[in-house]
Amino acid sequence: MPEDIRKGLFFYTFRRNKIAIAGLVMAVVIVCLSILAPWISPYDPIEQDIKSQYLPPSLTHLCGTDGYGRDEFSRILWGGRVSLMVGVGSVLFGMVFGVSMGILGGYKGGKWDVVVSRFNDIFMSFPLVIFGLLILAILGPGLLKIIIAIGVALTPRISRLARASTLSVKELPYIEAARAVGQGDGKIMLIHVLPNIFGELLVMGTMWIATAIIVEASLSFIGLGVRPPTPSWGSMIRSGLDQLTNAPWLSMIPGLAIFLTVFSFNLIADGLRDIADPRLRGA
Amino acid sequence: MAALGTYASEEQIRALEHQMGLDQPVMLQYTTFLKNLCHGELGKSLITHQSVAKEIAKVFPYTFDLTVSGMFLGILMGVPLGILTAIKRNRLPDYLGRIFSLTGISVPEFYLGILLMYIFAVKLNMFPVVGAGDPGNLGERLYHLVLPAFTLGIAMTAFVSRMTRSSMLNVLGEDYVRTARAKGVSEGMTIYKHALRNALIPTTTVVGLYATVLMGGSVLTEIVFSRPGLGKMMVFAVKDRDYMTLQAVIVIFSAAVFFLNLVTDILYALIDPRIKYH
Repeated sequence: MPEDIRKGLFFYTFRRNKIAIAGLVMAVVIVCLSILAPWISPYDPIEQDIKSQYLPPSLTHLCGTDGYGRDEFSRILWGGRVSLMVGVGSVLFGMVFGVSMGILGGYKGGKWDVVVSRFNDIFMSFPLVIFGLLILAILGPGLLKIIIAIGVALTPRISRLARASTLSVKELPYIEAARAVGQGDGKIMLIHVLPNIFGELLVMGTMWIATAIIVEASLSFIGLGVRPPTPSWGSMIRSGLDQLTNAPWLSMIPGLAIFLTVFSFNLIADGLRDIADPRLRGA
Repeated sequence: MAALGTYASEEQIRALEHQMGLDQPVMLQYTTFLKNLCHGELGKSLITHQSVAKEIAKVFPYTFDLTVSGMFLGILMGVPLGILTAIKRNRLPDYLGRIFSLTGISVPEFYLGILLMYIFAVKLNMFPVVGAGDPGNLGERLYHLVLPAFTLGIAMTAFVSRMTRSSMLNVLGEDYVRTARAKGVSEGMTIYKHALRNALIPTTTVVGLYATVLMGGSVLTEIVFSRPGLGKMMVFAVKDRDYMTLQAVIVIFSAAVFFLNLVTDILYALIDPRIKYH
């Protein structure tokens, strides 16, 4: 390739990657803050102090206080743990079942594929929030139940993408070779198919973590999330909504937290997709 | 238990179960439900004891208003934005547009609604904060519809513009576009007459599928702006354990999803001349 085209491609890729690295840094910072919440939060997030209701942000209370006098900054840190746990947990849950189903249907074809595809079609048309809502109606509130609910809601979508990826690697030569030497279907799916679609799964997983965080926030906002007084960004926005006129920071700041977290994961997903894109590997 | 209150006695619970037909085998309950459905009978709410069908009919127009106007705004803003970012690829409008759409999908919809509410209704006082307005007065209904519709519309724009952009980029790389340019057709005509129509085909499918997402988004928007609507009804039915209402709303909702998918399929077949139905 001519010198200048190669330089252009390099800088283009590097610029795109810088954005992804920024996303990664942001996400790592947020994750660390959440993990270290018990040690770095200045106050106990559920400790009430009615004398200090609705204080605006100040040096003593970085994000102000809420209606019960609880420190908003501490609640944001602890709320982050909930969001991240639900986000990552539900995606892991969804991937365990979704990827298995997708690979099974995609690789084996025939009856298996029909079952998996019908299952996906039926459940995919429901918007995530509504589906999560329905499952929570059955299960009741609680952290683990939300993880399961969102995980189940994600499963058909993940399954569909996993199936598509499986279809694209199914006819590769070494898989045919493995079949020729008599390797069983199960082994092939586990040892050959899975590692090959791993890159695509990683990109997809990151995107779904971002989505799951938003779904969790939406469900908490509605009031079906973790039970109070455990802080969750979504429920914090909900209670802040009533005080929009005199204490706007109570709903604005958690929302900003959600946005930054989700945005950083989306940036990472974009960056990973660029790396995995064969078109850019020409340089 | 939910209907009678926590202090209901054992006999009261059994009596209510008999009245509601819950002591019959499950298959029989199911067929009875379907039979009632065909008659338009959706049961009575466990909490208010009003006919569910009537309550749904009361709130449905509001949800319909919101969903339709949200979609309208989404297409109106999203498609041109997508085309613009495709034409001016890798230049300033493209970067701005793409940052916008990436931001758009990272912001929770209800947060967007709250932001809009805060800026335009609370601070600037341009629009009403909550409610849907007097049903008889069209002007008032539209006035109350602006902020909620824009909330849904902006979220949809981020999505639609991304789709339109990539589809447009694909089309612009096709041979027939190069032919048109080589023939000497002006850039504007090329884009309008040759590229646009073909680029819009996948966009239509996506828009049709997004309609269901829009319905989900309307739930949160209805709560933020305190509008009456189907979504809000569903949420309260879940919270109050009002299973009769919940059942009915799910049925209506599934019917809507099914109907929208059907319309999308038909539209797709009509627009894409390569698909023929026998």
